[in-house]
Amino acid sequence: MGKLLSHRLAVPVVIALLVVALSFAMPSNFYYRVAALVWISALAVIGLNLLMGYAGQVSLGHAGFFGIGAYAVAVLPAQFGLHPLVAALAGAVATAAIAFLVGRPILRLKGHYLAVATLGFGILIAMTISNEAWLTGGPDGMPVERLTLFGWRVRGADTWYWISGGLLVIGAWIACNLVASPTGRALRALHDSEVAARVAGIDVARAKLTVFVISAVYASVAGSTLALVNGFVTPDKANFLHSIELVTMVVLGGMGSILGSLAGAAILVVLPQVLTGFHDYEHMILGLIMMVIMIVLRAGIVPSLAAFFQGRRNK
Amino acid sequence: MHSTDPLLRVEALRSAYGRIEALHGVSLSVASGEIVALVGGNGAGKTTLLRAISGVQPMTGGSLSFQGRDISRASPHARVAAGIAQVPEGRQIFAPLAIEDNLRLGAYLRKDAEIASDLERVYDLFPILKERRRNPAGGLSGGQQQMLAIGRALMSRPKLLLLDEPSMGLAPVLVDQVFEIIQRLNREDGVTVFLVEQNAFAALSIATRGYVIETGEIAMEGKGAALLADERVREAYLGV
Repeated sequence: MGKLLSHRLAVPVVIALLVVALSFAMPSNFYYRVAALVWISALAVIGLNLLMGYAGQVSLGHAGFFGIGAYAVAVLPAQFGLHPLVAALAGAVATAAIAFLVGRPILRLKGHYLAVATLGFGILIAMTISNEAWLTGGPDGMPVERLTLFGWRVRGADTWYWISGGLLVIGAWIACNLVASPTGRALRALHDSEVAARVAGIDVARAKLTVFVISAVYASVAGSTLALVNGFVTPDKANFLHSIELVTMVVLGGMGSILGSLAGAAILVVLPQVLTGFHDYEHMILGLIMMVIMIVLRAGIVPSLAAFFQGRRNK
Repeated sequence: MHSTDPLLRVEALRSAYGRIEALHGVSLSVASGEIVALVGGNGAGKTTLLRAISGVQPMTGGSLSFQGRDISRASPHARVAAGIAQVPEGRQIFAPLAIEDNLRLGAYLRKDAEIASDLERVYDLFPILKERRRNPAGGLSGGQQQMLAIGRALMSRPKLLLLDEPSMGLAPVLVDQVFEIIQRLNREDGVTVFLVEQNAFAALSIATRGYVIETGEIAMEGKGAALLADERVREAYLGV
């Protein structure tokens, strides 16, 4: 299983099969919608996992990039009449530029200092979105123009299920290729020892900046997609709690595991829906389940299970 | 580059950790084809000097030139590209990565077609690495990790190989093996070697020339054999 999963086509194929297989088991539109939310979160989590799991750099501000993507498809069509797809692209380009400018100074920081600096950045974006009410609708949010492709109005939870599932497969494929490339090796190397990476000829600052920009663009694209699916944006998707949620998904699913990103996103999106029946105790049970997962599967869901099955097979 | 220029020239190099100066103006040179050893006790500044040469430790004064060109301000990766490879102290292999990935990282800056044949050359030198090339490097023993660290440095095709305490933590029989390999690289592949060592006997035995460093300054220099025979060196570093 370990060998199969290390192949760069294996993971996107597994995810694609999962998307297709699950579509046969969807009893209602509500399920399609929840699944689409999983795919979109997983896309952002894959990006963050490239930064955290492979390069070993933390970001507590990724919801800021998510918010930029979301508000790009809300604001640009409303203010300038841009097509939502062009707006999403503009959002991704703007995110890349901002990540590049912000990343240069703050990626010099390490550990807790980097965490606090990215946290500050995320809060800055969320505050801007909340305060500039004339443009963004402020804390109340704003509606998003429906996506129209060649005269066809994209609508329905099942349609969005397929679109977001397709985006997730593409995102996973790009991430797997990046990880298997010399750049991916360089990221894992600097994660392990920056000094050794530098004397091996790796431009550490540049490698970190590259992966930071890439992971920000993943968040931005996921944000744009979510805004289009919901037809509405609110600042809470850009705020601190959402950043924490993304980090939690990475760690829960497994650092440095693309499939783990999907597992982490699935648990944190689906579990709250399942647990609504517990009413007042919902959050307590959710917290308890997360703690048990981390205690039992300490490397995250996918890496721990993969190691477990590999160990059993070798016996 | 003039033919009289050494491969590496270090001139009045100073380096400090915060306000504490560790190197007080070190000057030395390494000519093409030599094995030069820098010996000295704990805290004399050996590692600091090596790190300053590879560029991971900032200098506060003096200059460094490689092949006649000033590299004092060059970034570490630019120095690797110019032909300087360091085997860092404590080996610093990438433990979670496969052995072969470690070696490929040594060739990170190269785009040429001969990476595969250089990989074979490293496997030739260290057959154990080939045997276990898909395994994580963290599973190797200390001696094997040292070999991997040397192999990784070789993958950048260095003109100058910097070795930081290659004998550290190794059993005597492994120390001999590692020093044999260093001599072989120098003889067969024409790699110039600059190594720093606390194990003065092993280092000076294979060195063309040697320097003795004491509290951040060069105290003595001479032919390897001559230093090995010197009364003061014998007393201070060889314990005889």
